[in-house]
Amino acid sequence: MQNLSLTNKLSNFIVNWVFLMLVWIAFTSSFATHELIVGALTTMVISYLSIRLFTCCTILIFCPVKIMYMIWYLVVFLIALINSNMDVARRVLSPSLPINPGIVKFKTKLTTNYSKMVLANSITLTPGTLTVDVVDDTFYVHWIDVKTTNPEEAYTEIAERFEKILLKIF
Amino acid sequence: MSLFEIIGGFFLVLGSIFLFLGGLGIFRMPDVYNRLQAGTKATTLGAMSVIFGVGIIQLENDWTWIVKAMVILIFIAFSNPISSHALARAMYKGKTYPFIKSKDKDMDAYKEYIDNQKMEEE
Repeated sequence: MQNLSLTNKLSNFIVNWVFLMLVWIAFTSSFATHELIVGALTTMVISYLSIRLFTCCTILIFCPVKIMYMIWYLVVFLIALINSNMDVARRVLSPSLPINPGIVKFKTKLTTNYSKMVLANSITLTPGTLTVDVVDDTFYVHWIDVKTTNPEEAYTEIAERFEKILLKIF
Repeated sequence: MSLFEIIGGFFLVLGSIFLFLGGLGIFRMPDVYNRLQAGTKATTLGAMSVIFGVGIIQLENDWTWIVKAMVILIFIAFSNPISSHALARAMYKGKTYPFIKSKDKDMDAYKEYIDNQKMEEE
């Protein structure tokens, strides 16, 4: 466990509280006073207990520019998800099974653990790629149709479009 | 038939088509990694689309369904790729190596890393 300063703790606490409260409201789907009071108390206790566990975002995450980039990221991601399903459908339905699988590696510029996790998840859901392992800043990616084994070219092909946006968010 | 039922039904049918294609992919692909590829992508969009469709159909009676459906969608979008990544990594560490069509040694970059790690342990 790392030692956090008081400002960090407070900022983690508030961010966790807000996120948990949003989840609570989404699940109960009511704005009745007693529901909100119980929710606020429960989420406060949970976010106090998990100050050291969930340290993904500081309070800076509520900056409007970052929220705009998050929405843009979601749009890019959804388009990639639909594309990847079309890709799977095309490969599965063609009689010759057009695959050329292999594992390639590339290096990422991201530094924080959470941004690497988001990138790895996005890579898994984009056309033809599946993250096998992340070691420090190296990604090992199973590629269903290997076009290049050169790390830099693989990076441009697979990760660049997501990483550009993630670097601005985190 | 109301408009909500038509739109929701469209999403339900679309989702089940993707789920079917995912199942077919698991049947046709040659090894575990390719099966995971087909399985993860198709089930993610398939399940998301089915749950979203149910939320839209219920929009007529009860608006809270769609909110809960959105929360479930977010959980699926996070948990599905993580589980497939864990499976793929466990398979490789359990010595199930990927099927490689071309006889090119560079095609498996992860093997180097595993071999290096073994050398360090010894």
